[in-house]
Amino acid sequence: MNLHEYQARALLKAAGIPVPDGEVATAPNEVEAIAKRLGGAVVVKAQVHTGGRGKAGGVKLAKTAAEAKRHGAAILGMQIKGLTVEKVLVAPAAEIASESYVGVIVDRASQRPVMMVSPAGGVDIEEVAAKTPEKIFKAPIDPRYGLLPHQAMELAFELYDDVKQVRQAATIMQQLYQAFRDAGASLAEINPLITTPDGEVVALDAKIGVDDNELERRPDVAALRDTSAEDPSEVEAREMGLSYIPLDGNVGCCVNGAGLAMATMDLVKYYGGEPANFLDIGGSSSPEKVVTALKIITADPKVKSILFNIFGGITRCDDVANGIVTATKGAKLDRPIVIRLTGTNEELAVNVLTKAGFEALTDMDEAVQQAVKLAREAA
Amino acid sequence: MSIFVDKNTKLVVQGITGRDGSFHTRQMIEYGTQVVAGVTPGKGGQTFDDTVPIFNTVAQAVAETGANTSIVYVPSRFAVDAVLEAADAGVALIVCITEGLPVQDMTRVMPFLAERGTRLIGPNCPGIISPGQSKVGIIPGQICLEGNVGVVSRSGTLTYEVIHHLTRNGMGQSTCIGIGGDPIIGTNFIDCLEAFEADGATEAIVVIGEIGGTDEQNAAAYVSEHVNKPVVGFIAGRTAPPGRRMGHAGAIISGSSGTADEKMAAFDAAGIAVMERPAEVVALLKEQGVAA
Repeated sequence: MNLHEYQARALLKAAGIPVPDGEVATAPNEVEAIAKRLGGAVVVKAQVHTGGRGKAGGVKLAKTAAEAKRHGAAILGMQIKGLTVEKVLVAPAAEIASESYVGVIVDRASQRPVMMVSPAGGVDIEEVAAKTPEKIFKAPIDPRYGLLPHQAMELAFELYDDVKQVRQAATIMQQLYQAFRDAGASLAEINPLITTPDGEVVALDAKIGVDDNELERRPDVAALRDTSAEDPSEVEAREMGLSYIPLDGNVGCCVNGAGLAMATMDLVKYYGGEPANFLDIGGSSSPEKVVTALKIITADPKVKSILFNIFGGITRCDDVANGIVTATKGAKLDRPIVIRLTGTNEELAVNVLTKAGFEALTDMDEAVQQAVKLAREAA
Repeated sequence: MSIFVDKNTKLVVQGITGRDGSFHTRQMIEYGTQVVAGVTPGKGGQTFDDTVPIFNTVAQAVAETGANTSIVYVPSRFAVDAVLEAADAGVALIVCITEGLPVQDMTRVMPFLAERGTRLIGPNCPGIISPGQSKVGIIPGQICLEGNVGVVSRSGTLTYEVIHHLTRNGMGQSTCIGIGGDPIIGTNFIDCLEAFEADGATEAIVVIGEIGGTDEQNAAAYVSEHVNKPVVGFIAGRTAPPGRRMGHAGAIISGSSGTADEKMAAFDAAGIAVMERPAEVVALLKEQGVAA
């Protein structure tokens, strides 16, 4: 789960990191009022879960409160990469002497948290890593001891010459690591970490990604989820225990297991079609999950054919079959469906489906080819 | 032979009385796995299905029954401690089926296990089966066949799909292992490749990867330097969009890294024959000289 910039800033502030003032607005009038309160020039920043906000026109500088209001009116409601901007952050425009990057991630390879810094801040850190890897400095963290003071100092000396700034940055890194721990984050970064003309080290922009597996035990962090910033069908799927990601194609896919779901999408593409979605109904299936899955898939007007691909292990094929029959009892499907199932309780499932007038296939390639063909004919 | 589990595996089931634990314990016993003990705190002294003694702690189970392997089915909020408890009790191998373990917790679990010399498979995995000998996990036994192909995968049902093709075409398996789809896992591709290379019963290896991370690239580098047996591979997620978590916590393309194309290119460069689709596994193995 990704946090908004304003939420990440609040967590950093609570950890003691110097962050400029700033408030969230949902209407142009509020933007104006905040800008007046702050006084001077402000930035108005779209709060959406995607990068490239600046390039899309979602970040604007305003010299006056009236100008801030105009920017607010333009940015609120705009679409950035398919997401509607519902909130903006209004913060004082900072004077910047230098920009650095500071971030902590869980590194898969070393299986540890790693603190990373770069004097090349303010730009996409992946780009820095790709083009000038020598400008990135890392310290692996032993999670039993945390980020040690000398590690933080060592990294800070790569950013600044002034010892006062080095000490400030080292403190900020330790506070950032603590915020990372407290939020159950998989990523916490400050980009840029700036120095002001009078030499203070300040966090200007923040990004925190929380490990979904932490949310159960951190209700305060879970409460930060902003469902208005998400696709409603993704929210519905998650609440039902399904994993759903809409895509651009026309073959609606319903699969058990993430790996098989991806392989099914790939096979749709291989046979000349385009998948409309990723949908994993998970391990222990229930007919209700299948009903929700079908509802979500058919709600997408781009879907021209529906493909079920089930390899029963924990998932029982008859549960899936009963779900399909239940979901189509009231209203007949208005699009063709291809069902492939094999594995646990396959025979029971075939019985259920045949009785209800459905055909059941056992071969994945055959099913995918049929679904692609039907989608093409309907398009 | 086989890797990690075999006829000598003596299993303790953590969470034996739970919904998933009890169901799959019966399946494992039916398959022929030596399930010697179960653990559910507070139910010590009882017996599961009149055959398997239940203990309050893993330490008691190990002391009384000589269990050398543990499987974890307990709910996610107890699973981290269940893994640590099993390691403290001295089992050599822990298989964690449970999903949803926080990744920061895993960064502390791994050094704990390393200090005790314990191997972990998973978390969030389907487990391991050495056909005809022992099944520790949830891979359906009936789709497997004894033989000489080693299968290692980050996925569950996609692995079943591949095994299904092998078995239908008379290609049996030495061991099939699902290592799990999380960012931090106990046993990785390289551990399995090393074990398969050393295993006398394994003649060829199937590696099934997916988007996210660099484990497949590392596996490819390992294969080109250390593996002489034929290897065929598959990567799921060629159509996955960047920046989205595809079900598995670890299956995410970050920026431009961890893509399927990058991984397939690494496989290809290492001499691993790459499948375009799961059904090609049999044909590719035959091309590598593996007999059905």
